[in-house]
Amino acid sequence: MTGDDVKAMMLAVAQAIIDNVDVLSEADRATGDGDHGVGMRRGFEAAQDAIMALQSPTPEQVMKAAGTAIMAKGGGASGAIFGTLFRAGSKVLEGKDRLDAAGFAQFLAVASEAVQKRGGVITGQKTMVDALAPAAVASADGSSLAESMSRAAQAAEAGVEATRHMLATTGKARSLGERSLGHIDPGALSVSIILRTMRDRA
Amino acid sequence: MKTPKKILNEPRQATAEMMEGLILANDGRVGRVEGTGALFRTAIPDGKVALLIGGGSGHEPIFGGFVGHNLADGAACGEVFAAPGPDTICEAARAVHRGKGIIFLYCNYAGDNMNFDIAAELLGDEGIETRTIRVRDDVAAAPPERMDDRRGIAGAVLVVKVAGGAATELKDIAEIERIIRKAEANVRSMGVAVSAGSLPETGKPTFELGDDEIEVGMGAHGEAGVKRQKMVSADDITNQMMEPILGDMALAKGDEVVLLINNLGASTMMELLIVNRRVRQILTRDGIAVHRTFIGPWFTSQEMAGFSISLMKLDAELKRYIDLPSSSFGFSSL
Repeated sequence: MTGDDVKAMMLAVAQAIIDNVDVLSEADRATGDGDHGVGMRRGFEAAQDAIMALQSPTPEQVMKAAGTAIMAKGGGASGAIFGTLFRAGSKVLEGKDRLDAAGFAQFLAVASEAVQKRGGVITGQKTMVDALAPAAVASADGSSLAESMSRAAQAAEAGVEATRHMLATTGKARSLGERSLGHIDPGALSVSIILRTMRDRA
Repeated sequence: MKTPKKILNEPRQATAEMMEGLILANDGRVGRVEGTGALFRTAIPDGKVALLIGGGSGHEPIFGGFVGHNLADGAACGEVFAAPGPDTICEAARAVHRGKGIIFLYCNYAGDNMNFDIAAELLGDEGIETRTIRVRDDVAAAPPERMDDRRGIAGAVLVVKVAGGAATELKDIAEIERIIRKAEANVRSMGVAVSAGSLPETGKPTFELGDDEIEVGMGAHGEAGVKRQKMVSADDITNQMMEPILGDMALAKGDEVVLLINNLGASTMMELLIVNRRVRQILTRDGIAVHRTFIGPWFTSQEMAGFSISLMKLDAELKRYIDLPSSSFGFSSL
C-alpha cells in the first residue's frame, strides 16, 4: 500500500467513525455518559482535515497527522487514547514508502503497547485494549497486508463481543460493577470499526 | 424518549458559544486563547506560582467560572463531559505561566489524567515545571483503600478555594502543593441523582432513571452510585449520604468542618436548604462544628436534578484559606 493508498484508507476510516456517531454514543450510554460517538467524531473530523491537506504523503505522515489531530481535537479519554494509538504506531513506519503486512502488524503491536501504558490498563478490563491487543497478535500471522488486516478485523470483532462478559474495572464504567455485564465497550467497538474499514480498503 | 428542551443555537457550537458568553460575563478580568478552551486571568502578577484547573465543560460554572481573584489563574476546558486535549491544556498553561511553575488541579478521571499527563510531558520539554494534584472526594466511587479509583466531584470547589488562596499568598511551589494536598486529603463528598441531565449534542439523557427512582452515590456524569432505590424523604436521603461520608472521615467531637451542598443543576434552593437542615442535625448530634456553609450550583451536570454533600475537615491553615475573600464569575465569598 502506497502513502496515497494509506491516505485514502484513513479518510475512509475517519468517515466510518463519523457515520457511526450515534451507534457509538448509544453504546456508551449503557455504561458511560453517552458521549463516545461525539468525541470520536470531533477527533476524526479533525483527522480528515489534517490528512486531506497532505500531498503525496508517506504512510508514517498519514498516521501521525491523524493521531495528532485526534489528540488535539478529540479531547476526553478517547482523544488521548486514539491519538496515542496512531501517533505511537506511526513511528514504526518511519522511512518506509509502503505499508506492508509486517509494517501493519508492527504498527498495531506498538500502538497497543503505547495505549496500555498511557491508560494504565491491561486486557480484561473492558476497554478498547480488549479489541486492539488481540488484533495486534492476530495480524502478525498474515502473509499479505490484506490477510493481516482481515485477521486483525476479525480478532477485534471477537474482542468487542468478549467485552460483553467483562467487568469494567477502569474509566467511568468502573463504578457500575456487575451492572456493566452484558454491554459491550464502546471504545472496543470503535477499534473494530477502524480495523474493519481498513480491511475493506486493503 | 422525550427530548429535553434546551436553549441552544447549533448544538455542536454549544461549548464554544458558552465560553464566549463566559468571557463577556467576566468584563475583562478573564481572557481566552482564541479558538480554544484555554481561559486565563488577565491580571496574574509576575513571579506567581500559577494555578491551572480544568476538565470537561457542561458542569458550569466550574471550571471556567472559577478563574478569578484568590482562585484559579486559568482553566483548560474541554467539550461537554470530555477532558480538554493536551493542546488546550498547554495553551492555558503558557498563558498563566509566570516563570515559577504551574500547579495542575483537576478531578480524577481517566480522560483528564491522560490529557493533563501528556500536557505535563510536553510542557516539561519546554522547561515549564508542573505539579499535579487530582481531586478524589467521591466516597461512593470506591472504598478508602482504593483512593485512586475515586472520582472528583463537588469537593473540588473547596480544594480550588484553598488552592487559590495558597497560590496567591505563598511563593514556594512545594509549600503550596503541600497545602493543596492536605485540602484534597481532608475532603469527602457524596451525591444523589433524582433525574438525569442530557448532552446538548445528542439531546439524550446520560442515564435512565425511573420516575419514582433515585440513585444514591451517583457521579457527576451519571456514573453508577451505591444503590438505586425508590424515592424517599429528604431526611432519609441525607441520612444515607452522611453515613458513608462521616464513616470515611474519622472526625472527632469538637472538630471543625466546612460544609458545601452542591446543586447538580435542576434542584431548587428550597430542597437544598431542607437538606442542610438535616445535615446540621447530624453534625450537631456528633459534636462537629461547621465553620462555614456554602450552598449553591457550582459543579453541575446539565439539568440533572439532585445534589451532593461535601465536608472538609479543617485545621488552622486550611481555615485561613477557606476564609480568604475570593471572587470569580462562578464563586465568590467574603
